[in-house]
Amino acid sequence: MKNFDIKISFSIMAFLIILVGIFQSWGVALSILNLCLISAVMSMGVNIQWGFAGLINFGVMGFLAIGGLATVLVSVPPVYEAWSAGGMGIIISGMFIVLVIFLLFYLNRILKDYRFKNYIIFSIIILSIILLKFISGPSIDRIESIDAATSGFLGGMNLPIVFSWFVGGLLSAGVAFIIGKVCLGLRSDYLAISTLLISGIIVSIVKHEEWLSRGVKNVIGLKRPAPYEINLQSSEWFIKLVEFLNTSKLSKIINVIEREDLLKELVINSSGIFVKLCFSFLFLFVLCVLLYFSEKALRSPWGRMMRAIRDNEEAAKAMGKNVVKQHLFIFMLGSAIIGFAGAMLVTYDGLFTPSSYQPLRYTFLIWVMVLLGGTGNNYGAILGGFAVWFIWIESAPFALFLINLLTFQLDEGNEIKSHLINSIPYFRYLMMGLGLLLVMRYRPKGLLPEKIISK
Amino acid sequence: MDFLNAIILISNFIIVPAITYGSQLALGAIGVTLIYGVLRFANFAYGDLMAFGTMIVILFTWYLQSKGITFGLLPTALLALPIGILFSIAISLFFDKTVFEYYREKKSNPVTFIVVSLGIMFVLNAVVRIIIGPNDINFMDGHKFIMKAREFKKLTGLNEGLAIKSTQVITLITTIITCSLLFYFLNKTKTGKSMRAYSDNEDLALLSGIDPKKIILLTWVIVSILATVAGTLYGLDKSFKPFTYFNNLLPIFAATIVGGIGNPLGAFYGGFLIAFSEIALTYAYKKFFKYLLPESLEPNTLIQFISTDYKFAISFAILVVVLIFRPNGIFKGKVI
Repeated sequence: MKNFDIKISFSIMAFLIILVGIFQSWGVALSILNLCLISAVMSMGVNIQWGFAGLINFGVMGFLAIGGLATVLVSVPPVYEAWSAGGMGIIISGMFIVLVIFLLFYLNRILKDYRFKNYIIFSIIILSIILLKFISGPSIDRIESIDAATSGFLGGMNLPIVFSWFVGGLLSAGVAFIIGKVCLGLRSDYLAISTLLISGIIVSIVKHEEWLSRGVKNVIGLKRPAPYEINLQSSEWFIKLVEFLNTSKLSKIINVIEREDLLKELVINSSGIFVKLCFSFLFLFVLCVLLYFSEKALRSPWGRMMRAIRDNEEAAKAMGKNVVKQHLFIFMLGSAIIGFAGAMLVTYDGLFTPSSYQPLRYTFLIWVMVLLGGTGNNYGAILGGFAVWFIWIESAPFALFLINLLTFQLDEGNEIKSHLINSIPYFRYLMMGLGLLLVMRYRPKGLLPEKIISK
Repeated sequence: MDFLNAIILISNFIIVPAITYGSQLALGAIGVTLIYGVLRFANFAYGDLMAFGTMIVILFTWYLQSKGITFGLLPTALLALPIGILFSIAISLFFDKTVFEYYREKKSNPVTFIVVSLGIMFVLNAVVRIIIGPNDINFMDGHKFIMKAREFKKLTGLNEGLAIKSTQVITLITTIITCSLLFYFLNKTKTGKSMRAYSDNEDLALLSGIDPKKIILLTWVIVSILATVAGTLYGLDKSFKPFTYFNNLLPIFAATIVGGIGNPLGAFYGGFLIAFSEIALTYAYKKFFKYLLPESLEPNTLIQFISTDYKFAISFAILVVVLIFRPNGIFKGKVI
């Protein structure tokens, strides 16, 4: 029964995407597929935290932003002028921050039972923020003044961009460690609110520290792990391939010039599709590896322990499990996967726009994916990622169809009709909300509920 | 004279704006805290409820304006406010009946409630954007300034001006009236007392014959009133944009928790605390010190603790600090 359910639902998904390919275009279908794959990775990250361990993390947006930042820090060529102008100051401030963090952890340990521990730590944080401003301020000004219109930041390490996915994951895990240390002791709804607010802090740092990320000025033209369309269009083997694939179409045309023109058009069209296909294979590979390992983890003793902690924390504690440590670990693990997905997303877009990180799109939508798909079930999370992203994109044409159906009596220039057609982009929120409410009511465990494995 | 100038400078740029913003946050935070106290969940749809109420107010303001009815010196929106309140009460009760009641009867855990309120958030978000669009709307009419900076300078002969917008005064007066009515209701009337009893200990309250249905209905009514008033005041003071209303939910949450969740008076103070720290920490004090210090000591930097970019982040940081030090909030709230 279990496989049946999964197979059917994923075949429906594949069928829908193929339908889009036939009725709209293959380019659209592939970009939906790619974002579905990325969304599936994101929702798997959240599922590991929420489905496996019952930790409610509303800070998804922050970890995605960190992943995005990693692509900039890793793949962009370094700006040597900026480094020589202010690099030293930044390095010193970075060392200062690390020093302060170590000092805080050290103080936290030795002052364990001291009454004013919290106040001492708090004043050290405030003092170090003020000091940091003095240490880094001048260098930041210098960095941001170099070529402000085109660069004005430190740049990155000029490494292959795929490498940044792992860096994004590691950075996210590091940040998750600090957040987890502070927040994981809180009760579920407080944890939700505080992670949401902390992700707001992270995004505002990414948005406003221009020396680091160019901030609202955006970073465009990031590297790609796939070939560029322009290069493909001029390469011999690709043209041959397109010619070979379209032999029947081309052979119908006798006129040589017309045939050349058609071939050129076909090459241009298929180069875009080819690039997207490259991305699809890459993302699919990532998703499969991730799925393999999280299925293994779910069935391992460790997975059983996590479920035990989720379902009855007290009992797990009594059995000698270190709940605090496991919570912190799984919080870091899930956040690392989210950061990984964030880097993938920015790589696919080819640009990093910090101001686009909004909680609705990057936190709550991912949560809808997990809840809709099925908490605690990896396949469910993937299905949720696919289905929700598909609805998110395809709700516009669907809404247009509905509006036309409902208002067919009204004439073209009617005010209500044109107002509704103008607000089509917002029907997706309506569908998300209704979908979430319906699923929570009638299938509270999601479309593919968690299967309890006895072995 | 320099001392007076410095005081006026601070009042103009910190105290007056912070009192206005603080009142708006306080009204919002009291609403969130009441929902938490009585219904026992954090309502993520609250920001969008504010936007919904304000949207109805705007629509009726336009209607009144098209009929040529205005409120004299005061903004027309105040006339439309009761209708906005009615609509948001209706939609709150509708969602309570169709969505929340089911989970209340099932005694679901708080996370389920949060998730369901997310669903309502999405729906309200869509409804507001579909009806009125995502753009900035300025619906303030009537008299704009009570005191202009230039007039103040002429009047007092000081170097610094103090500008007071009429919306700021309206905000303050409305907040005072609303809050005193609310606290009178909660502390002095029998229904208010039973509401507090229900929030404090549900089982005991039920034993003493308090009707939970009535309490819950009343809570939604009060919350909708607060949300609409806060939303309209914010919209009058700045402007109406659905996205900002959603974003304002975050400092409102911060104010709620800082003041002790479930504690209305704490939420009131929490709102002002957040507003004052947001504005005071991002203000550049250079001019202020110029007035106070002798020339030799004059500062040459801006003396700004944190750049204005981090205005929102300050409230979040305060929240994190409070959560670590006093998880129950500054004023004792519900036990976590």
